[in-house]
Amino acid sequence: MTKSGNKIMRKPKKPAYRWLIYAALAIVYIWAFAGIPYTGIKETAGQISKAILAGIFSPDWDYVYLPDGEDLLRGLLDTLAISMLGTFISTVVCIPFAFWAATNMSSSKWVSGSGKMLLSFIRTFPEIIMAILFIKAVGPGSFAGVLALGLHSVGMLGKLFADEVENLDKGPIEALIATGASRLQIMWFAVIPQVLPGFLSYTLYRFEINVRSATILGIIGAGGIGTPLIFALSSRNWERVGIILLGIIIMITIIDMISGSIRKRLV
Amino acid sequence: MNAKPSLPIHARPKAPSRLKHGLTVVIILLLLWGSAVQTESTIGELVAGIPNMLDLLREMFPPKWSYINNITDAMLETIRMALVGTTLGALGAIPVALLCASNLTRSGWIYYPVRFLLNLVRTIPDLLLAALFVAIFGLGPLPGIFALAVFSMGLIAKLTYEALETIDHGPLEAMTSVGANPLQRISYAVIPQIQAHFASYVLYTFEINVRAAAILGLVGAGGIGHYYEVTLGFLEYDKTSVIIIFTLAIVLVIDYVSMKLREKLL
Repeated sequence: MTKSGNKIMRKPKKPAYRWLIYAALAIVYIWAFAGIPYTGIKETAGQISKAILAGIFSPDWDYVYLPDGEDLLRGLLDTLAISMLGTFISTVVCIPFAFWAATNMSSSKWVSGSGKMLLSFIRTFPEIIMAILFIKAVGPGSFAGVLALGLHSVGMLGKLFADEVENLDKGPIEALIATGASRLQIMWFAVIPQVLPGFLSYTLYRFEINVRSATILGIIGAGGIGTPLIFALSSRNWERVGIILLGIIIMITIIDMISGSIRKRLV
Repeated sequence: MNAKPSLPIHARPKAPSRLKHGLTVVIILLLLWGSAVQTESTIGELVAGIPNMLDLLREMFPPKWSYINNITDAMLETIRMALVGTTLGALGAIPVALLCASNLTRSGWIYYPVRFLLNLVRTIPDLLLAALFVAIFGLGPLPGIFALAVFSMGLIAKLTYEALETIDHGPLEAMTSVGANPLQRISYAVIPQIQAHFASYVLYTFEINVRAAAILGLVGAGGIGHYYEVTLGFLEYDKTSVIIIFTLAIVLVIDYVSMKLREKLL
């Protein structure tokens, strides 16, 4: 008989260094909050927020479609086109990177390690910065936005694709090797059918993210709905800001819904 | 012996029709072609732009390292903004997540509308929020912090309520059976199960926010982003490259630390 059977479990002891962590956290937070220059809120803040709210709730419906030139629908279409093309470019570009970075596709750890490093390096560049650089190269406009999104998404898509490749079932590959298939045949009949649903699902997921990013690219002049939005913001045309925000919200919601339902069917 | 026409056992099953796949490919190609027309993207233009890009890269190197002294304060401000914004967002996310979780808030009249609002909040990109808040509060880090807080609130609340819906119901039922009130149920049955996940989500959001904060300055919301405009505007690309490298270094360090912490949490 052991006595411990009816003993109440004691609370696990907290390690001593816990206090060190709490202290460090407290110092970080004091540093952060003390350093914020609290300049006070402008007296006009309340007035402007009221104007914005009023604008958002009485949007400028005329702006939805203008027969000549820049209107909401064309801006949204442009945004959509940027994100579609950007996603496509990054999907194509990232496939070799994904196979490079996948640990089971290369013999040495260094090879896949360097691929992973490169991908995370690409990932850390914000797309806005890339867009600024591409604007310098190909001039302002949607094309710069396409290139920026295309390059930026390679980082994340490549990593997700590499994870998918690492989850491959080796069985079909071995079976094909046993029958003497060439590398290309192994690729086509054993690898691609396995990774394709995952690839497509991630591509759609990235497309959702890219639509969001494409809405802000225009702020720095890389095309899409962001350009009229920043003009409306700076000219304090709140009705127009309202209709553009509404348009963005509706478009993103619809795209998320469509892409989500397709993704559910894929995997 | 029956006359049933038995299926030949070794007949190959018919391959499913390829029509659907073919049509999908055609539609995708059409969409891409339309997008290329809409954005006026051509490979020719890209090739024509390559010399420009190379020029740009050449001007960016070597980076002008002495510029780091000018931007250190802005960088610290960026980190501060991310930290404060994430914290405020995380605090705001707690009640929202509790209201969204269908196993804690029983009434669909509450959790569906709250989820709907949450989804709306998440559709607005942080840079847009920042531009809006700059219009309201004026230039400086304050609008940036608010924008990050709203954005983090949306993200953390979503991740947390999804985790909340998977918690073990045993402790909750035990608390109910001894007559605990909702506050007690949350603090003794829900929080212990969720706190590690919550902390991990907050760290994850913090990583995202550091990146976001680095560009908020482009719309006048404080931090390092302002210097991108300044240096690019004066065509001082060697300084721009210093900012980029500095930002990359900070982001990588924060990502690494946060990843290690998250591994410990879960």
